[in-house]
Parts: sequence; C-alpha cells; structure tokens
Amino acid sequence: MVQAKAHAIALAKSPPPHLRHEGEHCVLTGDWTLLALKPRLIMLRARLLFHGRSVKVWDLSQVSRMDTFGALLLWRAWGLREPETLVLSPALHPAFERVRGVAATPVETAHVDWLKPVVLLGKQFIGAFEQLIGFACMLGMVSIEAARLFVEPRSIPMKEFSAALYKTGVQAMPISALVGFLIGVVLSYLSALQLRNFGADALIINILGIGIIRELGPVLVSILVAGRSGSAITAQLGVMRVTEEIDALAAMGVSIHQRLIWPKVLAMAIAMPLLVLWTSTAALIGGMLAAQVQLEIDWRFFAMSLPHVVPVQNLYIGFAKGGVFGVAIALIACHFGLRIKPNTESLSRNTTAAVVTAITAVILLDAVFAMLTRGIGVPLR
Amino acid sequence: MNANAVSGPVIELRDVCTRLGTQWIHQNIDLRVERGDLLALVGGSGAGKTTLLREMIGLQQPTLGEVLLFGEPLQAGHRAERFARLRRMGVLFQQGALYSALTLYDNIAFPLREFGGLLEEEIRALVLSKMALVELKPQHAKLMPAQLSGGMVKRAALARALALEPELLLLDEPTAGLDPERSAGFVRLIRELHASLGLTVVFVTHDLETLSSLANRIAVLAEHRILAIGALEEIQASKHPFIQKFFHYRTTVDEQAADS
Ligand SMILES: Nc1ncnc2c1ncn2[C@@H]1O[C@H](COP(=O)(O)OP(=O)(O)OP(=O)(O)O)[C@@H](O)[C@H]1O
Ligand SMILES: [Mg+2]
Repeated sequence: MVQAKAHAIALAKSPPPHLRHEGEHCVLTGDWTLLALKPRLIMLRARLLFHGRSVKVWDLSQVSRMDTFGALLLWRAWGLREPETLVLSPALHPAFERVRGVAATPVETAHVDWLKPVVLLGKQFIGAFEQLIGFACMLGMVSIEAARLFVEPRSIPMKEFSAALYKTGVQAMPISALVGFLIGVVLSYLSALQLRNFGADALIINILGIGIIRELGPVLVSILVAGRSGSAITAQLGVMRVTEEIDALAAMGVSIHQRLIWPKVLAMAIAMPLLVLWTSTAALIGGMLAAQVQLEIDWRFFAMSLPHVVPVQNLYIGFAKGGVFGVAIALIACHFGLRIKPNTESLSRNTTAAVVTAITAVILLDAVFAMLTRGIGVPLR
Repeated sequence: MNANAVSGPVIELRDVCTRLGTQWIHQNIDLRVERGDLLALVGGSGAGKTTLLREMIGLQQPTLGEVLLFGEPLQAGHRAERFARLRRMGVLFQQGALYSALTLYDNIAFPLREFGGLLEEEIRALVLSKMALVELKPQHAKLMPAQLSGGMVKRAALARALALEPELLLLDEPTAGLDPERSAGFVRLIRELHASLGLTVVFVTHDLETLSSLANRIAVLAEHRILAIGALEEIQASKHPFIQKFFHYRTTVDEQAADS
C-alpha cells in the first residue's frame, strides 16, 4: 500500500510532456496524458506531424506515464505503425495495445442522400397514420375499460379519479379565475369605447354575455387546461415509461388504461364544465366592473338583464363545449404520453406535441360546434 | 494548486455528519483516501455508501463537516477551478446515469468533446478503445441507452467514467450486473490502469471476489461510521460482530472451495 502511494505520487509529480529531437532520433519525456497534453497540444501536434514519419528512432523510455490518448497521438503521427526502432518501457505497452486496433477506423462521412426529402415526407405520412391508429386503439381501450367498470363498479379507481379531479379541477381554479377576470375587464373596456360612439351602451351586456358564455369561456379554459394539465399528464406518463413504472404496472396485471387513463379522462370531463362555469363567471364579473367604471352601467342592472338578453341555451352550449374539450385534451395528452420512448428527448418532444395538438384540436372542435349550433341560442330579431 | 495537491490525500473527509430526512446516515466520519489507493467501501445495503460518494463529488452537502478534494475544499475557488477539479475524476453512478437522449457512442464521446481540443478521429479512436476495454462491440455504438441490457449499461457507464482516464475514479458498484468473467476483466483493467497511470480508485462493492482481488484498502461503513479501515487481513481480523458476519459468508465459501 505504501508502495502504491509512493508510486502514484512519483507518477503525479512527473514533468510535462516534452519532445526532443536529436539528430536521427526523437526522445520523449514527461507525462503524456490527456490532462497534461492539453495545454501543449497544438505545438506538440505540429512537431509530431513534422517528425512523425521521417524520424526512424523513437526513445520513449523516459516517459513517466502515458494514457490512451498519448499513445494515440504518437501512433497517428507514426502513420498507424511502429517506427523502425522504438524504445519502450514495459509499463507503456498496454497503452499502445489499446490503440493498435482502433486507430485505423475512419470517421464515417455522412453521404448526401437525394431521396431523403421524399423519405422524410413519407415518414411523416406514415407517422401521422400510425398516430391515428394509436389514438383509435387507445380510444377503444378506454371505452372497453369504461364499459367494464359498469359491470364491476368495485374496480373503479376512485382514488386516482379524485386525485385527478383535484389536480385538473380544483388546482386550476385560481389561475383560470384570474385570467378570466382580466380578459373580461379588457374585453368590456375595449367594447365600451366602440359602443359609446354609437350610443349603444346597453349592448355591452349582450356582447359580453354571449361572447363569454358561449365562446370565450370554454376556449379560454381549454387552452389554460391544455397547457396546465395536458402537459402534466403527458409528462407523468412519460416519466413512468422512462422509469419502467408502466411496465411494472403491466407486469402486475393492472390495466394502465383503467388505472391511469380512464380516471384522467373522466376527471377532465367533469372538471372542465365546472371550470368553464367558474371562469365565465369571473370574466363576466370583470366585464361588469369595467362596464360600471367605463359606461356607468350599474352592476345590478347588468346582472339583472343578463338572463333576458342571453338565451339559456348558450350556457348549455358552454357546458357541452367544456366537457368535449376536456375529454379531447385528456385523450390527446394520454395518447402522446403513451408514445414516449424511454429517453428525455422523446419526453420533451411529445410533451410539446401534446400541448400543441390539444390546443389545435380545441380550436377545430370549437369550429365544429359553431357550425352545429348555428341556429341555437342566438337571438335574431 | 497548493503543495498538498500531489503528496496529500486525494479525498479527505473531516468529521462528516449527514442527516437525510429525520435520520442520521453518517456520524463523524473521517476518511483519507491517499493517492494510489484502491479503496473499497463496503457496508450493508442502505448504510449510506452512495450518499458518501455523492458527498465526495459535491452533489450533496454533508450536514456537518468538510470534504476536501485534491487537498482543497469542494466549494473553493472560482467556477472554472471547481469544474476543472471535477474533470480530474470519473464517476460511475449506481444506475449508470447514461444520457438517455444520446447513443452509446455519444455518451462515451461526451466527456471527450466537453474536454475540447481533440480531433473527431481521435475521439472516435478513443471511444472505440474504451468500448473495447469494457468489451462492448463496435456495432453497439449506435444503440440508445434504453436498448442496452443492464450489464451493458454498467459497462457503457464505466467506459464513460474512464473516457478521460482521470486520476481519480469513483465507482458505485462497478461489477454489479456483470458476469464473473467480465468482473474479472474489470478488475484486471483497473489494476492495469492503476499501475500505468497511478489512478486512485474508490469503489463501492458487495462482491467479495472484486473486493479481495482489487482493493488494497477496505473501509467498512456501518452503524453510521467507518467501523474499520485497512487491508483485507486486518479487517478480517476484527472482532466486530458486523464485520464478522459480513466476512463470515466469504470464509464459508472459501472453505467449501478448499474442501472440494
Ligand atoms: N433523499 C433522501 N432523503 C431521505 N433519505 C435518503 C435520501 N437518500 C437516501 N436516503 C437514505 O439514506 C440511506 C443511505 O442510502 P444510500 O443510497 O447511501 O445507501 P447505500 O449504502 O448506497 O445502499 P446500497 O448498497 O443499497 O446502494 C438509506 O437508508 C436511504 O433510505
Ligand atoms: Mg448505493
């Protein structure tokens, strides 16, 4: 042990690498390791390049230590073969042994593939197709699980469901109220400026009422929830994949669709309409206050006349939208979560994709709603 | 670098106490790892070996006490100095900790590229030589960590720890998950590097074979402290019940081998 220490200290004290050229031979001294070579690398490389093939006699007997990199540097300078005369202490043999086989392997150069754009395009299409199939499969599995839970209600994962309800619903309340309130204020303020020009002050109630309850409330909440809970669901499933928790569940005979996905989808379906109601209320309160300040419309009058100018169907449409959007967000988030490969790159890519897709889907679904409910709840005079 | 940097201990723990959650993991641990040591850290599962290694690297702060690396406190110096100090050592984590988004090849090349100044061909040769050292085949180079077997992850992580051939290696259970032949190969490799480069190695192991064939010093971590430290014979001579039990298994195996 004492020996080992003395040996190691002697090695650590060795001088920096040096190359001396004396007539017909080169003498190397010092510490030819990566760390020691680094500061002198450019000079030594140049000198090795200069002497490497011309000098025939190399004396390495005074080298105190040499790691693989030191050996590699010399080996490459010698043109991947031993020089004619090589004086080497036995301690250095292993380092050269290690580079002998590998130094010759060339770096693969990426060749240009003209077909690549076509291949990429094709891959995109096939990828999109696979996504659709995957999504359909998941939808089927979740439906089957839902049906099974009807037959055996005892296996309903109540804990997961209530946890999901709390996380996606209750915890989203402060932020959605704040955003809703501010949007309400801004919308009311901007509309008020225009309406006053036409002397149509009282129409602010109609505009805000229908706009927020039917359209803005659900879409706003959906975008917030897609960013908040959608990404959380995807990331959670992804990390469970990375840490093999999903495999562990499957190995225990627990259906991930029943235990992980179904509760989330149901929780979103229930939480979202409630969140829509909550956010729309906050937005209307914001609008009401702004109208009071800007147009001097009494808030009591605002509240009283709201039910008369906004048909109640709009509220139902808002609820329906909330539920549908919520299910869509949850399903999309789960879909991308299950596609995650066990690496961090895939995790981040799929989480981004989940949020973007969910928001796009919400907007598309909103357009579909707009078409289907064309004649409902809009007072025509 | 002070005068101690070469002749003093590589790692020094002074009176280290660690509290995680509500329990004390370490109490008053003093440990000096001298240059050229092949120090094995043994102890029961959950004794705090990994925690101790993490404190040596600075990933975790001891609750009390001080950790000196290469003669300097872990936090001493500027950012660049601290990083340079960390580059002088290679670490093998218990779970491998390969970068999951990079291929096996890029994982091993990562420290080399980070080091800077190397040509791509040199990096390639170094990576391939490291892969050969741990018996990974060149055709595995393009695999992602998730596509590797447990033992391959271990070997790849070992290759990455060795990439810069650093003067200090910290290995958390390097031979767990390796077959006996590969463990023996690993022991041979470390011994060889130790002889030619004067490496200092601290390794955690439960494998008595590795322990007896590689370590020149053994530290037994139990009951929140270092129970004993010394060469294998000195440790085995200890009368402490934990050590007796720990090595009893070994002697029975040896006796069986001698009988047959
Ligand atoms: N972040 C933490 N918070 C609380 N306790 C922890 C934490 N990390 C580890 N522990 C506890 O510290 C103790 C030591 O853990 P450590 O991982 O160091 O054990 P080990 O000796 O490496 O065990 P093994 O041989 O099984 O790897 C364990 O009891 C563990 O429960
Ligand atoms: Mg451990």
